[in-house]
Amino acid sequence: MSGDQLKDAVHGVPMVSGTTAAPTTAASATALGVTSAGQTPSSSATHQVSMPVVPLRYPGRITVAVILVVVAALAAADVALNKRYHWDVVVGYLFAPQILSGAGLTLLLTVVSMTAGILLGTALAVMRLSANPVLSTVSRGYIWFFRGTPLLVQLIFWYNIAALYPVIALGLPFGGPSWVIGSANVLITPLGAAILGLSLNEAAYMAEIIRGGIGSVDKGQYEAARALGMKRATMMSRIILPQAMRVVLPPTGNQVVSMLKGTSLVSVLAISDLLYSAQIIYATNYQTIALLIVASLWYLALTTVLSYFQGKLEKRYGRGFELTSGKTRKRRKRSAA
Amino acid sequence: MSTAMVEAQGVRKSFGPVEILKGIDLRVEKGSVTCLIGPSGSGKTTFLRCINHLEKVDAGRLSVDGSLVGYAERNGKLYELKEDQTAQARLDAGMVFQRFNLFPHMTVMENILEAPVRVQKRPRAEVLKEAQVLLDRVGLGHRGDSYPQELSGGQQQRIAIARALAMKPKLMLFDEPTSALDPELVGEVLDVMKDLAEEGMTMVVVTHELAFARQVSDQVVFMDQGVVVESGPPEQVLGSPVHERTKSFLSKVL
Repeated sequence: MSGDQLKDAVHGVPMVSGTTAAPTTAASATALGVTSAGQTPSSSATHQVSMPVVPLRYPGRITVAVILVVVAALAAADVALNKRYHWDVVVGYLFAPQILSGAGLTLLLTVVSMTAGILLGTALAVMRLSANPVLSTVSRGYIWFFRGTPLLVQLIFWYNIAALYPVIALGLPFGGPSWVIGSANVLITPLGAAILGLSLNEAAYMAEIIRGGIGSVDKGQYEAARALGMKRATMMSRIILPQAMRVVLPPTGNQVVSMLKGTSLVSVLAISDLLYSAQIIYATNYQTIALLIVASLWYLALTTVLSYFQGKLEKRYGRGFELTSGKTRKRRKRSAA
Repeated sequence: MSTAMVEAQGVRKSFGPVEILKGIDLRVEKGSVTCLIGPSGSGKTTFLRCINHLEKVDAGRLSVDGSLVGYAERNGKLYELKEDQTAQARLDAGMVFQRFNLFPHMTVMENILEAPVRVQKRPRAEVLKEAQVLLDRVGLGHRGDSYPQELSGGQQQRIAIARALAMKPKLMLFDEPTSALDPELVGEVLDVMKDLAEEGMTMVVVTHELAFARQVSDQVVFMDQGVVVESGPPEQVLGSPVHERTKSFLSKVL
């Protein structure tokens, strides 16, 4: 079939399924006799010609893949066989009570600080988007400060807060009566300082993530919600935030993972989290590497579990959106064919 | 004279230094269909949005079914209502947008149920029945479980109409409901709107579909540069316009 004929055929096909074909296109339509209405013009044309297609080969890909597999296998064999890793010690301490309680505390710190960070971050994001310039400036200042100073410094600062405020009290400003709650040294325990530091720091990051998510929701959604008589609270909780979630979740998953690992910083406050528990053990038995491997395995296990739930949540909040993503559409087309 | 469904007197609206509406007077009778036509930037959409207070009116009076929109009148002064009080007042008017604005994270049925159940606090089972009737009416009775993005533009707009009707509004506002649609999908939406008009729903429609305006409306209002240039029955405004601006607009559009 020559190029011209092919072009003719391509133009002819859509007419067949539509109206009765015009005389000029009728010829090519009959030539394509078997064409059914559902097929696309191009696929029916190639079907007619039925020339075998030789796919392009990629020799480079195979070479690189082979090299990588070999290197990875050698590395794995070395890690497994190198006696200095002391795998027997690793296995021995993997479920040691101190390590388990350390992992528990790490998880607790992550969950509590992340929850507090998300709640405070949402409030900061809403403040930042507020029409009230004082609110948005306060939020901006908070984010500027807590993102701009190192988390480690913030943690040590909260730990030493008693140096600035030895006594914590509730009272009225300008010398009014006050009610002393207690000494800061007693109230701000190392754990308290850790939670305070992690949460306040996290809130600054979450505020920016949530602000971005809220900003990603189409303006028309606000108008539709308002036109349906929704009050602001209903509109935010039912329409805007669920849609923002789709954009907020992936970076929040990142934050959770980095929070989980970031909690290892609290070991400087002598809190027996996962890392500090491992440190205490290797301080006595000098199996530094083995115990760091134990801690790392637990960090890996915890992040894996958290990532699994992140995937679940993303799927839940992607409803109504994932259907039109390129991947799904392709998959659907393929199954339809 | 009975109260009109919509009554506007000297309605003005500015965005910053730009005055969009320069004193609109308009009366929409109960059960009638009014089409707002005119070039873009003439203020038709802004006026429509003022009717359910999506935009605040700067001056003038605008009332829906006898009550002021977004304001309370006390001692000869107008007091602006709080956003949540306005939300209540908005329930009188259903609105259909150019870009549909369905909630993408909810199924078609959830889209329709959301406001009657959450805002009007009506029992879910009762609304569910009505919603199914509405879906059947717009010819999409079988698509309740679909998500909006699985539907064509025309189908989405028909769902948007059903969603607005589920609130049992006294008045329906349409903001260029067919402008974002592929040409072959325009007809199905206009058909639903025609049915609605025949059933006696009061409608205000911003549109470029002059054939629809001629066929369905009781009143055509031609706006340009923030003023009503000409209004009257369709055969008069569209057939034998008096003003030069109306004539030149129609000659370009038809």
